[in-house]
Amino acid sequence: MISGLFNYWIVVILMMAGLYIVMSSGHLVKKIIGLNIFQTSVFIFFISMGKVSGGTAPILKDGFTLYSNPLTHVLILTAIVVGVATTALGLAISVRIYEAYGTVEEDEIAELDADNRQNETSVTTVAYNKK
Amino acid sequence: MLVATVVIIVKLDRLMTAVMMMGFFSLLSSCIFMILDAVDVAFTEAAVGAGASTIFFLAALAIVGHTSKKRTRQRTILPLAMVTCIGIVLIYATFDMPRFGTADAPIQQHVTPRYINDSADEVGPPNIVTSVLASYRGYDTFGEAGVVFTAFIGVLLLLGAGTRQSGLERPAPPNTQVESMRQKIILREVADLLIAPVLVFALYVQWHGDFGPGGGFQAGVIFASVIVLYALIYGIVPAQQLFPPRKLAYFPALGWLLYGGVGIVSMIKGGNFLDYGALMTDPHDGQHYGILIIELGIGITVAAVMINIFFSLSERSL
Repeated sequence: MISGLFNYWIVVILMMAGLYIVMSSGHLVKKIIGLNIFQTSVFIFFISMGKVSGGTAPILKDGFTLYSNPLTHVLILTAIVVGVATTALGLAISVRIYEAYGTVEEDEIAELDADNRQNETSVTTVAYNKK
Repeated sequence: MLVATVVIIVKLDRLMTAVMMMGFFSLLSSCIFMILDAVDVAFTEAAVGAGASTIFFLAALAIVGHTSKKRTRQRTILPLAMVTCIGIVLIYATFDMPRFGTADAPIQQHVTPRYINDSADEVGPPNIVTSVLASYRGYDTFGEAGVVFTAFIGVLLLLGAGTRQSGLERPAPPNTQVESMRQKIILREVADLLIAPVLVFALYVQWHGDFGPGGGFQAGVIFASVIVLYALIYGIVPAQQLFPPRKLAYFPALGWLLYGGVGIVSMIKGGNFLDYGALMTDPHDGQHYGILIIELGIGITVAAVMINIFFSLSERSL
């Protein structure tokens, strides 16, 4: 009973660890690391569901009749490659944010944004007063 | 072991180490995929997770800095509470899941028996994963290649094609780190030994995907990682002279068009889109050639995208 669910529990723990990193860390790159862990846990979940005990890898060969589910393998295989492409996109965005703000810490970016907005409003009020 | 690695990643503020642990985590999970019979997936995860994505992270970290700020107490308690609650709910939900490894679970019913029993007659290749990937679910894979291509365009728009200061127009940068890498004799000798066999291996994986584990996705990433290794050891400029980014930027589109082109040709020949059976008089031959060509398309797209992204990211850090 317990051994039948062990894999899924590990998946849940990994998934929550990933989610925790995303929520608690302010550093954008660390957030992407968290998302990657979350993603990998989903991969393990799918592959665990596709496993048939006593089965073998889904490559047809005489003498084997029981194969694990090839469909989940296909889905995850493509998801991994798509995952790295989207990770690269996320990293590219954080690099651009760093170039624009000089930091990738969330709260510092928010402060800078707030400062900018204040400056803008003060500039406009000055312009208004001049009129 | 996996959980322990993740706990370390959570704790670390030094991102350099965290990224290294991430690579280790990927390698561990690829071992798990291997044990769970998913050889193709293990292959991909080992090449992508432990290779390509670690390099991308390191390239990004070189730009944005290596340490993250210490978290304040307030920032950790609320997420921790939330995560614990969600975790408990999810674990409660797992009690309704079919037990691990049961052969009559719902997931094993629907289309899976057809894939396993009929793919040899309907498609041909002994590797069922390849049949499903390239033939039964060819539309899906076409879309996935499209997503990779789109992500590539995004990176290109954000960072430029690595041509901002093209290697051809510029003298070798006085980058001490690159120089010292080249002078490390062990690294250089090992790289020299590895590069050619790994390239051959990538081609083997590319063309042998129907019979054993492998295919365009894996081959593309392996091919790209060789070029990345070359760029790391000998500096990015020679690598860019070998693969000029401006020209390389056409290749992802080329690969995708090759894939789509097979679909169009099969439509002209009277079949449906991506119905390879119509390509030749004998449907089996048609399937075989169709799968080979679209795998080549995927391989070109993935390899070119990975190399381009690496160039774009590392150009920024110079």
